[in-house]
Amino acid sequence: MENRPQPHFPEPDTKPFWDGAKEGELRYQTCNSCSAVNFYPTAHCQKCGAGDLAWRVSKGEGTVYTFSVVMQNRIPGFQELGAYAVAYVDLDEGFRMLTNVIVDGNPLEMVKIGQRVKVDFEKQDTGEYPIPIFRPL
Amino acid sequence: MSQTRQAAIAGIHEYPLRVAPGVSAMQIKAASLKAALDDAGLKWSDVDGLYDAGDGEGGGGLGLAAYLGLKPRVIDTTQVGGSSYEFHAAHALRDIAAGRVKVAVTTYGSTAASSRIAIGTGGRGGGASWQANMEGAYGSTLISNYAMVKQRHMYQYGTTNEQLAQISVATRKHAMRNPEAVKAMQDLQFVGVNEITVENVLESRMVATPLRLLECCMVSDGGGAAVFVSPEIARDIKKKPVWIIGTGEATKYRENGGDITTSAGAQSGPAAFAQAGVTPSEIDIAMIYDSFTITVATCLEDLGFCKKGEVGQFIGDGHLAFDQPGLTINTDGGGLSSNHPGMRGLFLLLEATRQLRGESTSQVNGAKLAVAHGNGGLLGATHTGGTVVLAAD
Repeated sequence: MENRPQPHFPEPDTKPFWDGAKEGELRYQTCNSCSAVNFYPTAHCQKCGAGDLAWRVSKGEGTVYTFSVVMQNRIPGFQELGAYAVAYVDLDEGFRMLTNVIVDGNPLEMVKIGQRVKVDFEKQDTGEYPIPIFRPL
Repeated sequence: MSQTRQAAIAGIHEYPLRVAPGVSAMQIKAASLKAALDDAGLKWSDVDGLYDAGDGEGGGGLGLAAYLGLKPRVIDTTQVGGSSYEFHAAHALRDIAAGRVKVAVTTYGSTAASSRIAIGTGGRGGGASWQANMEGAYGSTLISNYAMVKQRHMYQYGTTNEQLAQISVATRKHAMRNPEAVKAMQDLQFVGVNEITVENVLESRMVATPLRLLECCMVSDGGGAAVFVSPEIARDIKKKPVWIIGTGEATKYRENGGDITTSAGAQSGPAAFAQAGVTPSEIDIAMIYDSFTITVATCLEDLGFCKKGEVGQFIGDGHLAFDQPGLTINTDGGGLSSNHPGMRGLFLLLEATRQLRGESTSQVNGAKLAVAHGNGGLLGATHTGGTVVLAAD
């Protein structure tokens, strides 16, 4: 899919994440004060409140925590797509993100909880930011 | 067990129509408020507390009093999704107990069906926000979010589609006894306005795996109102007061490593029961927000009606219907089969009140204690839980 909704800016918390996507990097944060993994990105640590976070680059590998194959939707751009899998993926570094798991075939049969997946950055025709999605390892 | 009785539900009204073309949400709110005050035997000018979730055209804290023509002393505009009305009941109890308000009201109006709003199958809102920027690209519908909770619950605990379908079956049974629910299903052109079986649920169309159509609430028009009063006012109202004896509030959201099968109800429920001084086993009737079957299942566990992971066994024998022994839920027909204009938390309070007054179309004989539990937002992401424990006079 090459016409996904793009992130909107200015939005300071998530800008470094999307700048990373342009570089092919899946970025997340850790707290320099309490060491917590922080995701979605924020300027403060969601565990301890400290404003001292470091950006890191994930290896992009993780496990499907849960998913749903969407059979009916009224979202512009997704309506013509056919069945697609929305998922929470737990990255090995300890953060969970909402994403799509894209398979070569029928998602009803090929997406599973516990499945190992790896990030891929899907180039978009209609926007400058590639979208991080996941494929089976 | 004696409970503190510091505030009561004195008047209620549920707007009768689920398809109301040509009517505004604000008109539904005003008409419902008048009817609820009449139900209590109170006057428009008696209202001194206004609680509102900001629904309706130009409503909210700045607009609603002006539209209604009220001069409240307390204005509370808590908007936490579909559970807003449980929060309003909690805040009304707090404010009445503190002596700041004597007659508090909350109203709801929506024309979601007539306006063709795609609540369940539309996407996330656009615009630049922290959350939208992280979630907007993936075509995640509201229904798919709840479906992810069901998927994980089935994986983690072995819960089955057959077990969860019992929630739809019991709720439809109640709906068929409620003339307003029957008319709702007719007006919304349901295929088959009749009682349903587990097989019917399992054969209905898949919307977002593993949630099927008959596990999803309707999208209707509708609304209503509730009037909360002090004990002094409660002495002289037309109907028996229904006492608010415990409340709890909580929020939960996507967390790294979090357990999606546990909702905010795991925090709000115990708080409400502790304040009320009762246990879940003493509850006669439970109104649990049935946006989807999985919402009810998760919240039954979180409120303590059964252990986490055991709801499949708890409900699998079909005892949730009013004419079966054991816990009964959603005797009005619920969001699945009676009324869901977007935020149905108010209707949980209304039906619980009818039960404790003995006025339900699926009355549980001798019901004395009820719980209303609202879940607002997205069960598998950011949501709120509001629990209210209610006692008959």
